[in-house]
Order: sequence, then structure tokens, then C-alpha cells
Amino acid sequence: MTDARITTHPILEFKEGKKVTFTFDGREMEGYEGEPIAAALHAAGVRVLRESPKLNRPRGFFCAIGNCSSCLMTVDGRPNVRVCTEKLREGMRVETQRGKGVLLAND
Amino acid sequence: MIGAGPAGLCAAIAARDMGARVTCVDSGDRPGGQLVKQTHKFFGSRGQFAGKRGIDIARILAARIEDDPMVDLMLESTVIGFYDDGAIGIEHGDCLTFLKPERIVCATGASERMLAFPGNDLPGVYGAGAVQTLMNVHGVRPGKAVLMVGAGNIGLIVSYQLLQAGVEVVAVVEAMPQVGGYDVHARKIQRAGVPILTSHTVKAVHGTRIVEGATVWALGSNFQPIPGTERCFQVDTVCLAVGLTPLADLLWQAGCRMAYIPELGGHVALRDENYETSRPGVYVAGDLAGIEEASSAMIEGTIAGLAAARSLGHSRPDFEERLATARAELAALRAGPKGEKVRRGIDRLMRLGREVGIVA
Repeated sequence: MTDARITTHPILEFKEGKKVTFTFDGREMEGYEGEPIAAALHAAGVRVLRESPKLNRPRGFFCAIGNCSSCLMTVDGRPNVRVCTEKLREGMRVETQRGKGVLLAND
Repeated sequence: MIGAGPAGLCAAIAARDMGARVTCVDSGDRPGGQLVKQTHKFFGSRGQFAGKRGIDIARILAARIEDDPMVDLMLESTVIGFYDDGAIGIEHGDCLTFLKPERIVCATGASERMLAFPGNDLPGVYGAGAVQTLMNVHGVRPGKAVLMVGAGNIGLIVSYQLLQAGVEVVAVVEAMPQVGGYDVHARKIQRAGVPILTSHTVKAVHGTRIVEGATVWALGSNFQPIPGTERCFQVDTVCLAVGLTPLADLLWQAGCRMAYIPELGGHVALRDENYETSRPGVYVAGDLAGIEEASSAMIEGTIAGLAAARSLGHSRPDFEERLATARAELAALRAGPKGEKVRRGIDRLMRLGREVGIVA
């Protein structure tokens, strides 16, 4: 999809999943179903995932395995989602998180 | 078993072989822990799959417990609490369930260390393990040009894997005056033209929103940076491979007696020869018990799994033999100059254990 995707590798073979469409801050993007949201964003050239709550510094992912909470984003209106492990699905609404995030009332 | 990496899987296999019922909980979506991104061939002995790649070892170990009615593998499940009555809370999706096992082998692994320098929070400064996950599991390159920080085995191996994925590695910097990892890994990347700058560290990483470059400088004999030795690299990614520290949160919650042992990566639980902690019935294995390698994690898991099952009254004819073999293999892995640090750390840990009566 982009040149960030590895297509040939001496050891590994990457099977492409089903292509899905999602939005990042309203912009339509493509990724593969079931891959982490952060991988799809990174492949599309998006590195800044949120802003730090106090100093509004840009933040990307750091550990990529769900430990460190550097990659918290708002997904389908829900804040503080670790996008390095959260799997991409068709139609997801992914947004840069600013601040600590606001919990929605139960509906 | 909390964690289904090399230690947790081997503990599960060993305990199951003894006749124990096992539940193996892991936050990842596949068993194997960090083996699932290790594309290099392992060293060590045949018992720990020397010559095989980590990705294949993960499959082999997982196949030994998958579809076994004695073993329940819970994936995408995170243990979030250890309660006073011995129950553990497990989060799976939006569900929280509780389990009260008779024995627990904690094998949660480690997290990557940070390094203090201006700009270390910029997107593009990534843990070496994160870069490995991104490219080897998900097939996405972390960037176009990478500066690797740390010339231990992880820094060297991930540098080589970056080259395999078609990413430029501009240099590897290492604060120590010598390379920490195995020579064979160092020579591989040097042959590919990647300079390893020993006695060097990062001065700063530059960029407004993301990493745009990095400045390194030389360190003097007492690790003081030397002004005037700065070198700038145009990179979009800085990869940190400056060590690991045990992920011990659950052990603190469980009230295990802990000790700070720098040689083992930070705070580790006091434990006996069978890897049982000060909290009876709670065992540790793998990087959580002290930072080493996947090979030693597998053996520690085997020992903890055997001992935990034995303490429940399970047994099998070759129990003593298997335990003795595992101990001998572990000692062999830690022998030699590269194991000196770990041996020193374990000596201290055992001495502290004897002082408080955990070790006989």
C-alpha cells in the first residue's frame, strides 16, 4: 500500500489481510483488517498519535506491545485506547487524543 | 502461568507433563511472547532449540499445549490484579474474570528502559523491541534511516533485522568502551557497513513534531561527554536498545519480597532454587526473575513448572532427572565470561534469600 510496507523479506512472508477503510481525524485511510491500528497509521505515514496532557507534546508509540501507554488514542469515541494492540476494523473512527480523554456516559 | 512467552510456555508444558491442570494467560493475540518477532537463529544447546529461529520456537512450544484438554490457553487476556486471597483478576475485552489457582508461575517478562536526553519523547524514538514488532510481526518499516542506541545483543540483532527489512542503519552507538553483545552479531552488521561507535551516546534528538535527526558525542573514561566531538545524523527513527527491566508489578501486588539487583535488570523477587518466591505457591521464571535470554527463560520455566506441579503432589518417573538436567543446562548457559554478570546477580539474590530464610 505504501513503501513502508515490507513486500519482500529474506526470512518472513507477510500475508496481506483484507483491506479496510477507516478514518484518522476525519481523513479516510486504508489498512489491513486485524493489524494494530498503530501499524496501519505508521504505514500511512502517521507517527503522532496523541498530545501529552500537560505540555501538549506530540507522542508516538514506544513499546508496541501494550505495556507503556504512549500510544493512547480515541477510537470510535472511546479515549485511552492502546492502538499498538487494538485491532483495526472496517469503518473505525480513529482520532488524535488531546489531554486525558473524556469518558462517555454509558448508553 | 501468567505469560505465554518462552518461560510461561515451558512452565505450562512441564507442569502439564507432571499431570497438573494448567491455565496459561497472555495479553498477546498469539502464544510465544517476544519469540514471535525473533527472526534470528538461537545459540545455546539443543534442548533450547539452538539453530532454530525464535518465530519457529514459538510455534513448536505452542503446538505442545494447543488442543490439550489439560491446558487452557487464554489469549488477549491481561492479569490486572493479584488479590490478598490469592485470586487474580483477568481482563479480556470488556470482561473481568477471577481465577484462584493453587500455584502461580509468574512469567510476565520485561519492559524496555528509557534513556534521558533532550527529545527522547518525540515520535520516532522507539524501543528496539517495538521496532522489531512493527517490522517482523506487522510488516511495516519503522522509518527510512535509523540510529541504534546500544550494542548489546538486542541492539545488534535488531540492527541486522532492520537491514534485512530494507531500512538504513546509520550507526550503532554504545556508551561502554566495548560491544556488549556477541561478536558474531557485531561483525554481521559491520560487514554490512554499519559503524559501531563505542564510548558514544546520544546528546539530543531533534525535530518539531517527529524525529528529524540526532546528535551523538563521545564519552571520556568516566562516561563524561566530550564537547567538540558531536556528530549529527539525519534519521527519522532512533531505536533504544539500552536494556530491559523486569515487569514486576504483579509481584509487588502479591507482596513478594523484592530486591534491587542491577545485574539482573532491577527489582527482582527473592526466590529459592525452584524459583518459588517468598509468597508460598508463587513462582517466577524468565526475564521477570532476572534479565537473561530466551534460552534461560525456557529452562527457568521448566524448573518452575516442574516444582510447582510437584508441590501439588503430581509426579512422573523422570521428574528428578528432568529437574537435574534443567539445572545443569542453566548452569552451562551461564558459564563463561558473558554470564559473569548474571552469575554475580544470582549469587547476591541467593545470599539475600538465605538471610531471610527463603533459601535453605
